[in-house]
Amino acid sequence: MKTPQDRLVYMANQIGKAFAARPREEALAEIANHLKSFWEKRMFVQIYAYIDSGGAGLDELPRLSLQSLRDT
Amino acid sequence: MGLIQEIDYGTKPSAATSLVTLSIDGQSVAVPEGTSIMRAAMQMGTQIPKLCATDMLDSFGSCRLCLVEIEGRAGTPASCTTPVAPGMVVHTQNAKLAKLRRGVMELYISDHPLDCLTCSANGDCELQDMAGAVGLRDVRYGYAGENHLGQDKDVSNPYFQFDPSKCIVCSRCVRACAEVQGTFALTIEGSGFASKVSAGIDENFFDSECVSCGACVQACPTATLMEKSVVEIGQPEHSVVTTCAYCGVGCSFKAEMRGEEVVRMVPYKDGKANHGHSCVKGRFAWGYATHRDRVTKPMIRAKITDPWREVSWEEAIAYTAAEFKRIQAKHGKDSIGGITSSRCTNEETFLVQKLIRAGFGNNNVDTCARVCHSPTGYGLSKTFGTSAGTQDFDSVDHADVILVIGANPTDGHPVFASRMKKRLREGAKLIVVDPRRIDLVRMPHVQATQHLALRPGTNVAVVNALAHVVVSEGLADEDFIRERCDWDEFAEWAAFILRPENSPETVAALSGVPAETIRAAARLYAGAPNGAIYYGLGVTEHSQGSSTVLAIANLAMATGNIGRPGVGVNPLRGQNNVQGSCDMGSFPHEFPGYRHVSNTDAREIFERDWGVALSAEPGLRIPNMLDAAMDGSFLGLYIQGEDIAQSDPDTKHIVGGLTAMECVVVQDLFLNETANYAHVFLPGCSFLEKDGTFTNAERRIQRVRKVMAPKNGYGDWEITQMLANAMGLKMHYTHPSEIMDEIARTTPSFAGVSFGALDRLGSIQWPCNEAAPEGTPVMHIDHFVRGRGKFVISDYIPTDEKTGPRFPLLLTTGRILSQYNVGAQTRRTDNALWHEEDLLEIHPHDAEVRGVKDGAWVKLASRAGETTLRAKLTDRVAPGVVYTTFHHPVTQANVITTDYSDWATNCPEYKVTAVQISLSNGPSDWQKDYQAHSAAARRIAAE
Repeated sequence: MKTPQDRLVYMANQIGKAFAARPREEALAEIANHLKSFWEKRMFVQIYAYIDSGGAGLDELPRLSLQSLRDT
Repeated sequence: MGLIQEIDYGTKPSAATSLVTLSIDGQSVAVPEGTSIMRAAMQMGTQIPKLCATDMLDSFGSCRLCLVEIEGRAGTPASCTTPVAPGMVVHTQNAKLAKLRRGVMELYISDHPLDCLTCSANGDCELQDMAGAVGLRDVRYGYAGENHLGQDKDVSNPYFQFDPSKCIVCSRCVRACAEVQGTFALTIEGSGFASKVSAGIDENFFDSECVSCGACVQACPTATLMEKSVVEIGQPEHSVVTTCAYCGVGCSFKAEMRGEEVVRMVPYKDGKANHGHSCVKGRFAWGYATHRDRVTKPMIRAKITDPWREVSWEEAIAYTAAEFKRIQAKHGKDSIGGITSSRCTNEETFLVQKLIRAGFGNNNVDTCARVCHSPTGYGLSKTFGTSAGTQDFDSVDHADVILVIGANPTDGHPVFASRMKKRLREGAKLIVVDPRRIDLVRMPHVQATQHLALRPGTNVAVVNALAHVVVSEGLADEDFIRERCDWDEFAEWAAFILRPENSPETVAALSGVPAETIRAAARLYAGAPNGAIYYGLGVTEHSQGSSTVLAIANLAMATGNIGRPGVGVNPLRGQNNVQGSCDMGSFPHEFPGYRHVSNTDAREIFERDWGVALSAEPGLRIPNMLDAAMDGSFLGLYIQGEDIAQSDPDTKHIVGGLTAMECVVVQDLFLNETANYAHVFLPGCSFLEKDGTFTNAERRIQRVRKVMAPKNGYGDWEITQMLANAMGLKMHYTHPSEIMDEIARTTPSFAGVSFGALDRLGSIQWPCNEAAPEGTPVMHIDHFVRGRGKFVISDYIPTDEKTGPRFPLLLTTGRILSQYNVGAQTRRTDNALWHEEDLLEIHPHDAEVRGVKDGAWVKLASRAGETTLRAKLTDRVAPGVVYTTFHHPVTQANVITTDYSDWATNCPEYKVTAVQISLSNGPSDWQKDYQAHSAAARRIAAE
């Protein structure tokens, strides 16, 4: 059975793939906007912690979008 | 309060706008051209005697009772089949006509049992009425000769009986089956004196192709076809108009009552969604409301392994509030949440989300729409600007090509399907995109021009390929796009859609649909003067559900099929109030009216009205709530009218989350599967027991009216209000109309809605505001809600649920006509006779290589789990695809489905699961364990 953390990473990657066909900057902005619009705060806390622990398996686009959200 | 008697005008209205003036019985009357004399007479208040005529059916002219005389014309023509003409002078009554009618009636009655006093139709029999109307006083012909009396009744159908002795062979039932329902199950067998109504060749009604919609019963002018409930109870004495609580069509019914007992449900002709038609569920399957399984007393228990303990309402509410407060005090205010129901009213749903946002202090509210049409909300909002279908149901009457994608209307939305079939019989073309050969593909007088039997999971690719053909072959409506959409966005999308990976040839290889079939379908849809798209859960319940909705919207905009009758993008909603529950702010990221919680203006409207500060951050969705429960940060859940343990995917994940919580509260009619994991059970009430509104798939808000006192003592809205007050959020509503008033003053698209307006207008399609005081049947007429329509790139990304050597088949799930969703209601009615168990449809080739015979028990296994059920061999599914329903908890079909879900909304991927089938000797270990737990969890302690 997947752990909640597995599910979170999978969700982020899914969102990343859905916007991957867009120009890179647009994709990053759309992914960030999507995450901000629909994710609850503890989901961010968990995935930021996951990124801090190495973030294995998290694709580049959602990772960058999450980073931009974290920095703002 | 008495019985609502709708006027029967005898024939259908004419759609003509030009008027014809004629004289009937010396009175001048002006009616639309094409109107029958019978209808014109009825419009001025003169009822011409009739038996074979009724305004739900085309004129037939067989009973010879509606004869009239027309000056200047020979003979006595039938008024039902004779249209009016300018200057026509009609006489509906004179000695000659009276004698003729009396003679006709005498013949009818000479072969009809004279048992009026003990007949079930006594007081509601048109034959009886007509005998009185024509002044029949004597029947000269005795019963000594050959007659039809004393024939055996057909009582095979659980809901109605057929008594051939009382049949006058008017053909109303046969015509209703054909014209209204479109099933063509009934016929007149034989000829002359031997003519008789037949449901098949040597078949009774139950075994025939009859779908028990009841249109024949409603059409019958005698006691020949009669509801068994009327036979048992007697004729009703008053009626109340209300709205069906089953699917998203939202049929209006007259609940015909005797005291507080429902005698029968009769579809309401003035109902704008159903126009007097119904299906087997709405008309007949209401007995669950008084089923012995109904729980009417609140219950609590400390642990889910304890038996339930019946308590007072006061204790149950106090216990719940104390538990929720305890959890919040210990784990923070975000540690609890709730789920609203698409089966409850708008007012009840509004109240639950208000309790959570304002009382719990967070946005942890979600709804069962999460698992059905949440991608519709996302996709249509992005492209068109609002989360709703574009049309009214009547729009289908103007469609020239109908594209049905991932929907099975004859089973899921049968009353609308009848409208669609009627339009198809009139000549509209049909394209079906579905892995299964659904009934619409080929049935009496309906045949799809194209059936794109795609491999499950390839919707986005196929719809993109349709768009590829439209763009590459110059079939796009450039004028529409330039006027209504952003041209640059279109150009960017067109460049994407023209990529080789979106070509029919490429898509054919992965979808299994031949390229030429895709091309033919695209040309047919794009070339139609009016092309309409109807879709269902076969679109949304995928990991790419939102992408398919985006692709569908792109296709409709590219072909200019938006903004007028006959076109549009129409999601067929599953449950009665899916639209309404979404409208009412049931999602964790938005307030009522689809306004994001971070929208300060919207938030301030509610903060002012409710007097509390509200969170600006999205809350948890259902699957995230369950994940958070496993993490120990979400421990209390209030569930109104939803059974996530049976209806949601990956049952083991659901059960794991529920088991990890400290206070699960279920408010429902029955101890459902979720209640097995609950600590508080608050008995809910049925739609017959409360006031409110439902909103159907065409955004139509309709009244639900109480016809009996709540068996549990309270309406569901009252229970939420008690809980809110106990939690410290003061609510003082005295009637649901006051809740609707609050909705109207806080939600712009509902600004003009009130119970008063609904009573006056019958129903209202939102948006309803100053600009549209009586509502909006068709949206996006001059401009899209968002301004310009937005083309959004919808890339096809295959699901990660893959077939392989261990799981070589693809399982897709659906529903069946007689059952509804998890079956909690329909399984507790005689509808169970049509579908006693969930079956696994498997192609004969796949069955043969596994040694599976029809009816054999098989193990159905996926990566998520396994269950057993019986196999049904059929070529309705393609080789490599299997199908089942999820109506029975014993099957536990959702043990099989995975936790994959839509990328944008987390709508589960019910429609694609890689599975293997093998012969089985009996239930799986999971099923055995679950049955044992279920039995133990339902124990109620003796007082």
